[in-house]
This record gives sequence, structure tokens and C-alpha cells, in this order.
Amino acid sequence: MSALQIKKGSSKHSAYNLRPTFSDVQETHTITVLVENEPGVLARVIGLFSGRGYNIDSLTVAEVDHEGHLSRITIVTTGTPQVIEQIKAQLGRIVSVRDVHDLTAEGSSVERELALLKVASTGDKRVEALRLADIFRAQVVDSTLESFVFQLTGTPDKIDAFAELMRPLGLVQVARTGVAALARGKV
Amino acid sequence: MTRQMTGAKMVVQALKDQGVDTVFGYPGGAVLPIYDEIFQQNDIRHILVRHEQAAIHAAEGYARSTGKPGVALVTSGPGATNAVTGLTDALLDSIPIVVLSGQVPTFMIGSDAFQEADTVGITRPCTKHNWLVKETDKLSSIMHQAFHVATSGRPGPVLVDIPKDVQFATGEYTAKPQAPVGHYQPQVKGDLETITQLVEAIEKAEKPVFYTGGGVINSGPGASQLLRELVEATGFPITSTLMGLGAYPASGKAWLGMLGMHGLYEANLAMHGCDLMINIGARFDDRITGRLDAFSPRSKKAHIDIDPSSINKVIKADMPIVGDVGHVLEDVLKIWKARGRKVNREAIAKWWQQIEEWKKVKCLTYKQSETVIKPQYALERLEALTKGRDRYITTEVGQHQMWAAQYLGFEDPNRWMTSGGLGTMGYGFPASVGVQVAHPEALVINVAGEASWLMNMQEMGTAVQFNLPVKQFILNNERLGMVRQWQQLLHGERYSQSWSEALPDFVKLAEAFGAKGIICKDPKDLDDAIMEMLEHDGPVIFDCLVEKHENCFPMIPSGEPHNKMLLGDAQATNAIAGKGAVLV
Repeated sequence: MSALQIKKGSSKHSAYNLRPTFSDVQETHTITVLVENEPGVLARVIGLFSGRGYNIDSLTVAEVDHEGHLSRITIVTTGTPQVIEQIKAQLGRIVSVRDVHDLTAEGSSVERELALLKVASTGDKRVEALRLADIFRAQVVDSTLESFVFQLTGTPDKIDAFAELMRPLGLVQVARTGVAALARGKV
Repeated sequence: MTRQMTGAKMVVQALKDQGVDTVFGYPGGAVLPIYDEIFQQNDIRHILVRHEQAAIHAAEGYARSTGKPGVALVTSGPGATNAVTGLTDALLDSIPIVVLSGQVPTFMIGSDAFQEADTVGITRPCTKHNWLVKETDKLSSIMHQAFHVATSGRPGPVLVDIPKDVQFATGEYTAKPQAPVGHYQPQVKGDLETITQLVEAIEKAEKPVFYTGGGVINSGPGASQLLRELVEATGFPITSTLMGLGAYPASGKAWLGMLGMHGLYEANLAMHGCDLMINIGARFDDRITGRLDAFSPRSKKAHIDIDPSSINKVIKADMPIVGDVGHVLEDVLKIWKARGRKVNREAIAKWWQQIEEWKKVKCLTYKQSETVIKPQYALERLEALTKGRDRYITTEVGQHQMWAAQYLGFEDPNRWMTSGGLGTMGYGFPASVGVQVAHPEALVINVAGEASWLMNMQEMGTAVQFNLPVKQFILNNERLGMVRQWQQLLHGERYSQSWSEALPDFVKLAEAFGAKGIICKDPKDLDDAIMEMLEHDGPVIFDCLVEKHENCFPMIPSGEPHNKMLLGDAQATNAIAGKGAVLV
């Protein structure tokens, strides 16, 4: 059989770009996962995201039921609708996962994040920072003559906006918790 | 009922409670207390392998051929890391196995102790679930849970990592009935509304096809029976993935043969041209679908799968049914019968006429030779001479595997053990050991290539020690045949590292292990040589020297849809181009 005349380097693209009919619109979803609080459970969840190439925009985790050994993981992720469905199905497959809810898809929810922002400045900039903090209802939790640490709670958008305003006023450090979220209503 | 005993004793007791009769393993420092307990009892048979990877594959072979979970026991560190390939293999092929690994004592974990490895960390992504047992009191209930998780829902491998001090310490044993089953309870019944939709689609379909997979085998012999009933009653054609062979008999009149990259022409064209595709326990693997945007463009697709994450993963399902194949098929049959057993007979007859046209292509035809054994011919003769026997086939990975799937016929489930998802060279020999242990009287043949076979050839020691009469049928082309084929089709015939040099004399090798070796190179001698292999009571290495440059056809070139199959060498010129070249 003669050799095939395939052009050298004829393709650099991943074959898996040949995906079919699924929509390629990117959506951001907040997913809340109730897990059994046992060693390695966070690694299972994070390993799933890294191993399958999903995005994590933010992730928070803490024990929520000491008696029942349950922790809640809140994950904000971005992907196509098909990827979001896969993420939920894959999470549901983990043996230590009790339940998975897509708060974005399942009606209205409340989402809050806490941030600490260190702003170092003097003079007018310092005064302006304090004035803006007041508007955003941020609290001063530490102060020196050259700096403030503000504590701010709100939606991620609100924290983004505040951090953006602080940048020219001497923002030096930010620590954010990531989103914690619950569905609105009784259950 | 609770009893006090050591952790090591608990391990053995829990295995007995779970009905385990065989463990494949290899001892080492961190599992010595468990080996001591194994020594002092006779209920559980321990098969000493020669490498931990082989222990896992043997457990897989045992599991696939019996439907029961396979069990392997390995030591810490290298014992556990050697198990990783087998665990990944079992994960991709959904094989229920329970692997027990020793670990350094709890107080030394994290100190880089001798033979310490983060086993639960390393095996987390390649198991369905794993546990590090830190207290002896929890050991027995974790063992019972491990069996529950391995065998429920979509089956898979689990690992229990047991530190040495936990094995020595005394704790309370929890018997199986008392053990908490946990919250892992996958759904087995399918949604009746969607099942009814499927039945309606079955009643109207003009060009239907059943596309079945390993899920039917995993669901148990009952599922295969229901599938056969449904196929016979509807008269719809059926094709299967590599993993699903045997669920519907190869001699059945609705059988189209395997589908996919090296599947049969009629099977792939039926998939491409159908108007109703009923996927039962398969997962639209890339070996099956080919190019996704041209995959079966005009069909409505029903997808029955116990794993919700399989649905809509690659192909959008119009009728998604999450549930166990057996349960769902039972409901499908019940509803279809209750509604009057309707199918569109006229259209189905026309569809079969079309399929008969495709069959006339005779896609498995090959050029026979008087002087050299063609690998296809070798398998045709093996099939003819073993047909009707109580036969189990395992394979390695490569051309020989595809030829075995094409030229051997499987009449029953659990008779065909092959590494489908992971494609693990070196799987077949240890798997054949596991199958033979489970079925001592049966004929167990590993269809191998010489390169794959060498990857776990140390298991000759196991076969001889335990007098396991496994037949190693090696199609020896002195090449890594599938790699060579792809280099020929894709890389300008530059055969980089794809030949087997310095091969052993397989007859002498067999004799060195105390087994029988047979060599055959003339097609005229083949039948006699195969009979000699079959008649020998003991392990045999059969060195079948075959045509060196035979290619495996038919073939869907990478990046192409089902209707662009290559039927032979003449068509293969310029077959793979552009985007397809990057696909594996």
C-alpha cells in the first residue's frame, strides 16, 4: 500500500472541537453540594473539576451539621449548559455527595460573599476611601494612620465594584471568602 | 451481633461474609497481618500473582466472567501504585472489584516512611470510591460498604487502604446485615413516561436499530434474556459495542456484528441511516461515534443508562432513561405488550432489505494466503475448532483484539473479557488467569499480540503454580500491529519503534516456566496445532507466526462519520486528513 499523502502538521486543533449540536453559550451557575464530612471529600470535588477540565470561579466549604457530619460546598462555575448539566451529574455520582442543587436554575436564591480589603493611603485619598466605604456600608475592622482594613459583605458584583473603586485609592490586598448561597423560601 | 477481633481477622471475616472465595494478591510488609490470617484458614483461596497489576486484571477477569466482584490484596507503596493501571481499567469498563491495600501505621502516615505512598490520594480519580481506615472499629463496616458501592449502580473499582496498626489492633466486628449501607442507593427503575415514549417510537419506527453495550452484561444474565426477547419480538436489527458482545448471540438472526471504528460495515451504516436508535447500556464512546456532528444524523435517540452522567455527555438523547437495563427492559416489554405488540412490519422488512444489501459487501473478506498464516484465518480456525465448547476469551489490546471481536462469535454474556475503555496492553493474560480460577473446567483462551503479551508475561509463573490451563494464543507479527497500521496510514510509513525485536523463543519460554509451547507458521499445520493446544491439559503458549503487515479493516478513519468506512487497503490512501490526524 502506498503511503498516505497527508500534509505535515495539517492540524493543530484538538479533535474534540468537533463537538456537535450543543449550545456554546457560557453561563455562570451557583451550585450547592451537601457532602458527608469525611477526609478527602473536598479533594474529590476539586479533583472532579480539574480532572474533567471544568472551571471553578469560587468555592467555599464548611461544616454545617456537626451531628450529621455534613458540610456544604458552594461552587460558582462557568460553562455551556451541557457542561453545567455534566458537572451536576458528575457531582451526583460521587459517593460522599448527598445532594446537588443548581441554585441558578432552580429559582431565586440569596448569595453573599465577605471580603477584607486593605487600603493604604494618606490625605485626600484616605478620606475618599472612608467616604466610599460608608456608601457601600463596609466596616473598618483595622486602622493605622496609613491604612484601613475594610470588611464588606454582599454579592460578588458589589465587592468587585468596591474593590475597583479602592484601586486608585491605595488598595494593597484583598481576601475574599467566595460565595455562600441558599435558595429563598421555606425549603 | 458484634464480636471482638483484630483488624486483620476482620478483613478475612468480612470477605467470607461477602461470599468471597478467591483473592488475587501479593504480600508485603504492610499487609503481613492479613496474610497471617489468610494462612490460618481454608475458606478463601489466595492466588499469588507475580505483579500487582496482574492481581487487579485477574480480579477483573474473575468479575467479568462470574458477575461477582473480584478481590485483590496488595501491599503499601509500590504494591498500591502498581494497582493503579488495573483500577483505571476497571473504572473505564465499569467492572466491580474491591482492592485492599496495606498502609504504613497511622502514626507514621505523612513521614515519608518506607513503602509509604498517599494511596487514597493517588487512587481517588481511578476508583469509584476509596477509604483510608483509621480505626479498627470502623474497618468491617467500611469493608461491607466497599462491596455495596463496587456492585451497586454503575459498577466499578473501590479501594480500602488499611494501615498496619489498624490490622493489628482489636476492635468490634460488625456483621454484614448490621452494617450501615450508607446513602449510596442509585436509582434502578426508569421513568415510566419516557419508557412509554420509547415504546411509541418502537411502534412507529421504520429504520430502528438496537445499539447495546457493557451495561447489558453488567445488569446480569436476566437483562440479556430480556434483550433477546425484545429483539426477537420486534425483529429490529441489533449491534453492540466491544464491551457488550455476547448479550445477544452472534448466531441470532437480528445480529449485525460489532459497530464502531473497526466494526462491521452493515452495523455502522445501520447506525448512520437509522431513524430510531435505542442505546441500551452503552455510552457513545468516541470509538463508536466517530465524527460527532455527522453521527447518525436522522435518528431519534433513546438512551438507557444507570449513570445519569452518561446521558447527554456526548450525544443528546431525545428519550433519556436513567435506570438499570434489566429493570427498564422489563418495563419496555410490559408496556409494549400491553399496547398490542405493534411494530411497523412493512417498513422493518424494507429496512432489512437495505441491511442485506450492505451485508453483501462482505466487509470481513481478506486475502487468503497459501504460505503465510493470515491473522484473520487463525481466528476463523480458532473459532471453528472451539465453537460449542464451554469457552471464555480474553484479549490484549491492538489489532488482534479487533480481529477477535470481528471473527469470534459470542453466544452468551460474560464470555468475553477485553480492555475496552482504557485499552490496557497486558490485560489479557492476567485476566485469563482470573477467568480460569473462576471456571476451572472451562476452556480459557487469551487472544494476544506478542507485544501486549510480553507486558505481563511473568504471570506464566502463576498459571503454572496453580495449574491453570490457560491457552495463550499469540498472533505474532513481530510488530506493534495497530501502532504500525496507524504509522502507515498517518505518518508516511515511518515505523518509529513499532517492531518487536529480540523476541523470546516462545516455545523455550513456555518450557522454561514448565509449560507447553507450540509454534505454527504454515497455514496447513494450523488446525493440528490448535487441536494440540486444546488437547493439552495445562497452560500453553501458542506462537502463531502471522502475516507481518496485515491491516485491520474495516475501519472508520479518525474524524470521519460512520458512512465513510474504509473496507480495505485500496481505499485507505488519503483516508485520514486534517482534523482527524490528531485523534487517537
